[in-house]
Amino acid sequence: MRSELPVVAAVSLGGGLGTLARYGAGLLLPTVPGRFPWGTFGINVLGCFLIGVLMVLATEVMRAHRLIRPFLGVGVLGGFTTFSTYAVESVELFPSVTAFVYLAGTLIAAVPAAAAGVWLVRRLARRP
Amino acid sequence: MTAVLVFVGAMVGAPLRYLVSRAFPMPWGTFVVNIAGSFILGVLAGAASGSPAYALAGTGFCGALTTYSTFSYETLQLIERKNYMRAALNLVLSVVLGLGAAALGFWVG
Repeated sequence: MRSELPVVAAVSLGGGLGTLARYGAGLLLPTVPGRFPWGTFGINVLGCFLIGVLMVLATEVMRAHRLIRPFLGVGVLGGFTTFSTYAVESVELFPSVTAFVYLAGTLIAAVPAAAAGVWLVRRLARRP
Repeated sequence: MTAVLVFVGAMVGAPLRYLVSRAFPMPWGTFVVNIAGSFILGVLAGAASGSPAYALAGTGFCGALTTYSTFSYETLQLIERKNYMRAALNLVLSVVLGLGAAALGFWVG
């Protein structure tokens, strides 16, 4: 547990910073009641893409410091993206076509976004 | 001031997610925090939206406790390992139970 402390601290600091970035983005693109939550949608899809990029960089391309993945992956990107706001916004829009499009649209975009990040870095890393 | 509350809440939520996710086989730790966080945010959204408490416990704590990036990355890993059943279960159960938990939270709060 003692050697866990730096990891937990890195996750905590990264989570604080990533969540602040989401809060800031939410001020620029606030969720309007009854409308498609573009801010949260964009944040979550961007975060999924970036975690794909990060994980390939940190595990396949370069030898990253052991705190890089906890800080950037679990912390910053984990705090930047949010599942709870996605769920609550969906409930608030329910029942409507927008609720369904938001619910399914984020889900359909998220995994391919992560795959795109993985694919892109693997492709770029293969170049001489 | 609101930003400080968001930051402090997140500094607790993110490491809690990390510790919970380590206690379960992948991807069920992320699943547990996502459902729990959706419920808590549902309660807060019904009761305290727009208040300093919401910035601390909602935007900060619940936002950092839950994650979409790890959820989709773990699903992608399950697909890459050809563990399609668990990947599909993770997607379906997360959305259905996450929505149900948020709705239940609304109703409670």
